[in-house]
Amino acid sequence: MRRKLEAVALHALVIAAAILTAAPLLWMVSASFMRPGAATSSPPPLLPAPHTATLEHYRALFTSQSLGRYLLNSLVIAGCGTLLGVAITAMAGYGFAKLRFRGRDPLFRNLVLLMVVPGQVAMLPMFLELRELGLINTLFGAMIPVLAPIYGVFLVRQYALSIPGDLLDAARIDGASELRIFRSIVLPTIAPVLVTLGVFTFLSAWNDFMWPLIVLSDDARYTLPVALANLAGEHVQDTELMMSGAVVTVLPVFLAFLFLQRYYIQGIMAGSTKG
Amino acid sequence: MIQHERAESRAGWMFITPALVLIGVFFVIPVLGALVLSFTDFDIYSIGNPADTRFIGLGNYRSLFADPLFWKALRNTAYYVVVGGPLSVVVSLAAALLVNARLIRWKPLFRSAFFAPWVTTLVAVALVWRYLYHPQYGLLNALLGLVGVGPIDWLGNPHWAMPAIILMSVWKNFGYNMLIFLAGLQTIPPQLYEAAELDGAGQWQRFRQVTVPMLGPTFVFVGVVTMIAAFQIFSEPYVMTQGGPLKSTLTLVLFMYEQGFRWWRLGFAAAVAVVLGLLTLAGTAVQLRLRRGGERVV
Repeated sequence: MRRKLEAVALHALVIAAAILTAAPLLWMVSASFMRPGAATSSPPPLLPAPHTATLEHYRALFTSQSLGRYLLNSLVIAGCGTLLGVAITAMAGYGFAKLRFRGRDPLFRNLVLLMVVPGQVAMLPMFLELRELGLINTLFGAMIPVLAPIYGVFLVRQYALSIPGDLLDAARIDGASELRIFRSIVLPTIAPVLVTLGVFTFLSAWNDFMWPLIVLSDDARYTLPVALANLAGEHVQDTELMMSGAVVTVLPVFLAFLFLQRYYIQGIMAGSTKG
Repeated sequence: MIQHERAESRAGWMFITPALVLIGVFFVIPVLGALVLSFTDFDIYSIGNPADTRFIGLGNYRSLFADPLFWKALRNTAYYVVVGGPLSVVVSLAAALLVNARLIRWKPLFRSAFFAPWVTTLVAVALVWRYLYHPQYGLLNALLGLVGVGPIDWLGNPHWAMPAIILMSVWKNFGYNMLIFLAGLQTIPPQLYEAAELDGAGQWQRFRQVTVPMLGPTFVFVGVVTMIAAFQIFSEPYVMTQGGPLKSTLTLVLFMYEQGFRWWRLGFAAAVAVVLGLLTLAGTAVQLRLRRGGERVV
């Protein structure tokens, strides 16, 4: 009996906590369907009044605010950045884990130490550097931070350590080239960690704000978060419009998370216990 | 055989070179560049004519330490790190214990619900919270009104603005640390709890004597990661308060951004960046040291 009461109490607690956690996101969705000005009335409504739900803000975003363009920019930066980043990181992680060459381990240790340095320290000189290279205001410039993330190299290396060396040596004796070994033995083996890394990279590229804000000065190149922050400056009173913009920004990563959460959650949990 | 080894070594360098070049060009050189830049008077005129730039030794650091805004930003950042960091760790641990409790069903569902805010886009949810914090129409004040707490001007009052930002970031981030604590909790052998129970230890004692010591390494990891992230806070104040009111939410990185990219005082801003880097390193070292000392005792 006591156990049953305890179970009911615990469930009440966890359900209340889950509702509180979800509330801001649920309100965001709800407010995005309200008529202009409806969200700012007293007491604040939780749902659009009956028969007043409207899609007009979404329509406005994609017509007068050209959100489609920003959506495309974000997709290109996060998509291409992820593909390139995962490829480069997979090669490096495998190289550090399984290929024997002089200086490998000290080099790797130094790389790991670099992880303590916050990325923002590099941003001012990097801006000047990209200016010299003509990469300011380009989508490529905006994807640079995800192209070779050190934590990714670390993650792949830890995973690739478990590939049996004998298997690789046997393939070498059979005359397979290193590239061939990488493609047909290594890649299939480390595929799960690459999916995890890919989801991670996509989300961090999509959600990033400070670097795109610095590197993209031309309105036509903005990513969704930069455009949204900019829009908020002009339309601070238009709660409902801003909330539909927030929904459009969050939705793609949220869907990616829902479908791939297995990889995501496992990746975080594995990374912490091994690290 | 020697030839094999040579081929393998060559392949090794080939595989790591793309990553090394990118990390070198876009991270190591800029970090060193920040150090060099911080000793120069690089400003808006230097952008047009870099030859104009002069080395001014510690000049930027001198003006930085004489600038009350810098100390304000440093204090605000410290506030955020010292209050927000531990709060976030405690909330994450509580959520992990709750989700991990033996009696709880549908664990993956609750785990995902708590983790969801972490995957969302910060700029978007910061905007959402800006409306939730509205003194008149915000849901938070409506909720507090139900229990008799008067309306609070969350983002308009210099005393409440930083707590409001901390609350929002705890909500946004606790799911990540919760997952790490969950992973740590699952590595604790159940026999330890059974043995403690046989010794007559109650729930709280089991938590103190088994869970906390066994989570030691997890605390280090979570502590360091949370602190490093906290030092870098930028987007929350940028979107929610622009550093106001009365500079009460101006953080180090926001200060660096404004000096560097709004006023184009890149030399001066680089000095802020160097201070930020050194503080992060010092904080990490202290945490690791404390933990090592602590573990010997445990």
